[in-house]
Amino acid sequence: MILQIFFLIVALVTLVSAFLVVTARGLMHSALWLVLALFGVAVLFAFLEASFFAVVQVLVYIGAIAILIIFAVMLTRRTKDDSGARLIKGWWVAMLASLALFAGLVVAMSTWPGFQIGPGAGPDPAILPQFGMDLVDPNKYAIPFEVASILLLAALVGAIYIAAGRKEGKG
Amino acid sequence: MPVFPSDPYGFLTQWFNNLLLHQGLPETTVRLISFAVGSLILVLGSLLFCLLLIWAERKIGGRVQDRLGPNRVGPYGIVQAVADMMKIFTKEFVTPAGVDKVVYNLAPVLSVAAVIMIWAVIPFTITFFGTDLNVGVLYIVAVGGLAEMGIVMAGWGSNNKFALLGAFRAVAQLISYEVPMVVALLLPVMLSGSMKLSEIVRSQDVWYIITAPVAAAIFFITSLAENGRAPFDLMEAESEIVAGFNVEYSGLKFGFFFVGDFLHAFTIALLFSVLFLGGWRGPAADQIPILGFFYLGIKTAIVYFFGLLVRFSLPRFRIDQMMNLNWKMLTPLSLGILIATALVDKGSANLLSSMAPTARLIVRSIILVLANVLVVWSFSDIFDVALGKRPRPVVALEPRPVARPEQPPTPTEGGTP
Amino acid sequence: MLNDWLYIGIFMVLSLFLPAAALVIAGILGPKKPSPIKNSTYECGIETVGDTWVQFKAQYYVYALVFLIFDVETIFLYPWALAYNQMTFFMIMEAVIFILILLGGLIYAIRKGVLEWQ
Repeated sequence: MILQIFFLIVALVTLVSAFLVVTARGLMHSALWLVLALFGVAVLFAFLEASFFAVVQVLVYIGAIAILIIFAVMLTRRTKDDSGARLIKGWWVAMLASLALFAGLVVAMSTWPGFQIGPGAGPDPAILPQFGMDLVDPNKYAIPFEVASILLLAALVGAIYIAAGRKEGKG
Repeated sequence: MPVFPSDPYGFLTQWFNNLLLHQGLPETTVRLISFAVGSLILVLGSLLFCLLLIWAERKIGGRVQDRLGPNRVGPYGIVQAVADMMKIFTKEFVTPAGVDKVVYNLAPVLSVAAVIMIWAVIPFTITFFGTDLNVGVLYIVAVGGLAEMGIVMAGWGSNNKFALLGAFRAVAQLISYEVPMVVALLLPVMLSGSMKLSEIVRSQDVWYIITAPVAAAIFFITSLAENGRAPFDLMEAESEIVAGFNVEYSGLKFGFFFVGDFLHAFTIALLFSVLFLGGWRGPAADQIPILGFFYLGIKTAIVYFFGLLVRFSLPRFRIDQMMNLNWKMLTPLSLGILIATALVDKGSANLLSSMAPTARLIVRSIILVLANVLVVWSFSDIFDVALGKRPRPVVALEPRPVARPEQPPTPTEGGTP
Repeated sequence: MLNDWLYIGIFMVLSLFLPAAALVIAGILGPKKPSPIKNSTYECGIETVGDTWVQFKAQYYVYALVFLIFDVETIFLYPWALAYNQMTFFMIMEAVIFILILLGGLIYAIRKGVLEWQ
């Protein structure tokens, strides 16, 4: 029961800060609300006892991606700028569409049997070494593992290309 | 039943829990209250211990620099930190105009909180730890990410372009040095098979500083850089003419950045001892937990002292030297040592399985040390090539024209090229 | 495991709350005499001219990108490292290939001169 209340509070905080990302005044404020929303998701992972994913969420999303977004904001904007009108012309159409999508998702998922059961016994602590074994098991996830490294290499080369091009452009 | 002299923490927790249970409170509330009291002790303990640390640092720093440290206030100046704390508490909060109130005030709190939160997972003895999180090592790195957000908030919230620039430089330094740190932390995890810090301590029959010395060195150097201690203290240097991202903070807010810095230095020493020096392990520490606390204290003090020596002896790096050191030397070295240790350890497993346990430990340690030495030796050529490729810029001026009486000086472009 | 996270949650709340309480106490204890000169932004004694605007180097963004990529790489390596003691040599080689691919990317970045501080 207490767990339910905590979960509702955290979920509410996450949703409200996600909403404020879109509607906040000033880009930097949006970035900071995004950090809070990502942190809320990490807390939700902790509720589900997925400890590894909770810390990875904070480490990668808040420690790297949020910093990247903040740097990108600083790169393209003046700091205390108001960035113009926050709502586009047909904003009510967008809101209707997202509400319709949400209703559709709720209807579709309520027919899924997994929606009704409560939280189970929680994951086995030994799931993480098992996951490590599966990552390199040739029958399981070895190929996606190596493909992930190629994907990361592609991202790295893309970043280098853009950065080197910008350097040469600046002379 | 833990006896008081040998295990004060276990004794006290059991006594406290029994006291609460006899009052008739339900189990979960008892757990909640004991968690709250335990974490209150750790948080307050670490903050108050910081006073002692500040005194120790100033005293030792003074002696290294051939002067006495604080010695007026109290015997040997011990009360100096308390006096400073009282002074800082009563200073005025000079808030510049146009700051974003929430962000500006949250930043020092977040910086301090991020350091204190590391203390929740450190095993002080076999029974005394906050919690035994099963992803302890990654949790420590993730909390460092929160500290970076604190710095960004401090820099941006100050409404001062120098603070913003200083904050960006600081964050660039922090994120760069996080890469070799995370990779070097993989080695204790690999060798012990668990991310729990207590499990890492328990599996150090041979200290990891012997079986993974390069990883220990990399962790130490990158932790110094993460903390912002010399020689990596560009963050608090007069880099942009002012004191960096915390220029607009006064009074206790600045004091919190300061406290976070000093506490982080001690926390680094603590982590190094836990991860690489065997933590609370020592003779008879399993049966008498309080001995483990003393062993950990001695090891941490030695590492902290070494960190202080490094701080007070080495000059500051330039930012491009710092980035070169990280990206061209530490990251390839850490990845190389990871590959080498993984291959060597697995490759020698067959050989070792036919030996007696003690012989196995000794031979494994020797093999791993040799692998480390081999990696460093093979990398050293590459480092010379990679780091020495950039020619030093010529800083000598061209010879200046000397005025001669019979020869009026010809107008040139001036001194500096 | 939920107990662990409950402890961490309590710890985090306390470690945020106690410094905040100290700040509030210091705010009460300290004098409050704001003046226009004290409240102006610090710029080595000269008045601020123009808006607060920073010439942002693209170099910061490159560092953040490369950090992100290596961070994700090590996240993949952590579960592998946990199961290290039970693995066969072939599985170790797979992870070594993983690391070598990204090491190659790093060397390419170094040779291209992208990681120099301008």
